[in-house]
Amino acid sequence: MSASRGTIFRVSDSACIPSAASAVPTTTVTSQHSALVRVTHWITTLCFLALVVSGAEIVISHPRFYWGETGNVLTTPLFKLPIPSSRALVPTGYGYVLPDQNGWSRALHFQSAWVVVLTGLLYVISGLFTGHFRKDLLPAKATLSWRSSWAVIAGHLRFKRPSEAQAWSYNVLQRLAYLFVIFILFPLVIWTGLAMSPAFVSAFPATVILLGGRQSARTLHFFVSLALLLFLLVHVAMVCLAGFRSRMRAMITGQTGVRTERT
Amino acid sequence: MTVLSRRKLITTGLATAAGISGLGVAASLAERYGLVPPDHGGIYGLGETLTYASQRLLTRHSFAREFSPSQISKRPLENEIAPFGEPFKRLQAGGFADWRLTVDGMVDRPASFSLAQLKSYPSRSQITELSCEEGWTYIAEWIGVPLSQVLDLVGTQPHARYVVYFSIEPDWWESIDMADAMHPQTFLTYGMNGNDLPPGNGGPLRLRLPRQLGYKSVKFITHLTVTDNLKKFGKGLGSASPEGGYAWYAGI
Repeated sequence: MSASRGTIFRVSDSACIPSAASAVPTTTVTSQHSALVRVTHWITTLCFLALVVSGAEIVISHPRFYWGETGNVLTTPLFKLPIPSSRALVPTGYGYVLPDQNGWSRALHFQSAWVVVLTGLLYVISGLFTGHFRKDLLPAKATLSWRSSWAVIAGHLRFKRPSEAQAWSYNVLQRLAYLFVIFILFPLVIWTGLAMSPAFVSAFPATVILLGGRQSARTLHFFVSLALLLFLLVHVAMVCLAGFRSRMRAMITGQTGVRTERT
Repeated sequence: MTVLSRRKLITTGLATAAGISGLGVAASLAERYGLVPPDHGGIYGLGETLTYASQRLLTRHSFAREFSPSQISKRPLENEIAPFGEPFKRLQAGGFADWRLTVDGMVDRPASFSLAQLKSYPSRSQITELSCEEGWTYIAEWIGVPLSQVLDLVGTQPHARYVVYFSIEPDWWESIDMADAMHPQTFLTYGMNGNDLPPGNGGPLRLRLPRQLGYKSVKFITHLTVTDNLKKFGKGLGSASPEGGYAWYAGI
């Protein structure tokens, strides 16, 4: 299931604007999403949506965040979310209590976490073997300069549309964003989640000690989740701007819809 | 059909067959080594089973983190509890002198213990965190007698697999496997921070289980039953929690 086995075409992988293309060397990239990338992408999408919904439900039962080891309604919070709670114990300032949805939320949260972690492992391991990260996501050295990064940003700011061929490769900012999500945010959200498990930390105490305590882990889990949610919103916005139908077709069927040559 | 796609078809078929038989072997091994939770049915059974099996394997000999006395929370939170029933109020009026813990089931010598008897055994203490599934926590010193010591006194039978424990308050009961029941940090707790355990925190007797979330640490314990089969209790899901939509195993 190697990405390189599919149809390929030549494009510049530098940036999505013509002016920057001349500044960097032209390389061959594969553009078609392999079946493994497509399947793991959609499983991850489903799991992430389930994790966001169930995670929000869990937060509603105690919409207060703390730093350090312990925290409860008798201690000073780091901050509070201005929302009502599903528990009468929490002083929210609202005169009512929402229905308790924690049972199914927790079950859905952990089951989705299992599926997305196993899916992610499959994606990362196969990506290392097939060269997916090296070929499709690792930015070329020449593009890792302020000049070419700025060219991408400036292009975005001027709302310049990339040429068809350039649009099917990832520019340096996209590559860095994807790598950041895959190798920084996802590991962090898994770590901070596990650090809240009393059984897991009994076997691996360093997971919570390094974060400064269970409440710190919970607060960090919340912010890393927000960062992932922000990525999702930008990602979907960019898909819409780049052409919703063609991008969806590419991620569902693997067909890019541009002129291709058979290998 | 090209050669490549036929080969693909065969390898996919073989991989699927191997996968399914692999899952079958894994399921029977999990069952034999007690890695399947009683609430494994239903749409979330996969997640519950993966969590219980992996954490049971990882944590068989691990210890919950213990803290220093300076880290004890200034005020241990007494979270909301329903108004006490008549039986509790009657015993409370008598200073809990008549509080009894009965132990029966798969034991050689069924017995009933008074609080004074439990307190006469060498006491142990642990400074551990109580973590509620809602997200809040506090640290306290918990004083009591390890459950394993009481189980040794009554003599659990070799085929015992679970300990079921009941609160004096109705419909409040949980169960744990023998690995958790015999764990040195699993206490029948009667004291907190140097004093008697207050009713708001589960006094006079609370089963304390620091490697699982707070809802497994049932308050006002009066009855323990040792068993090899949880099907006989309630709806057969292991405890009251799954009947209310919460996981039986709460190590996460």
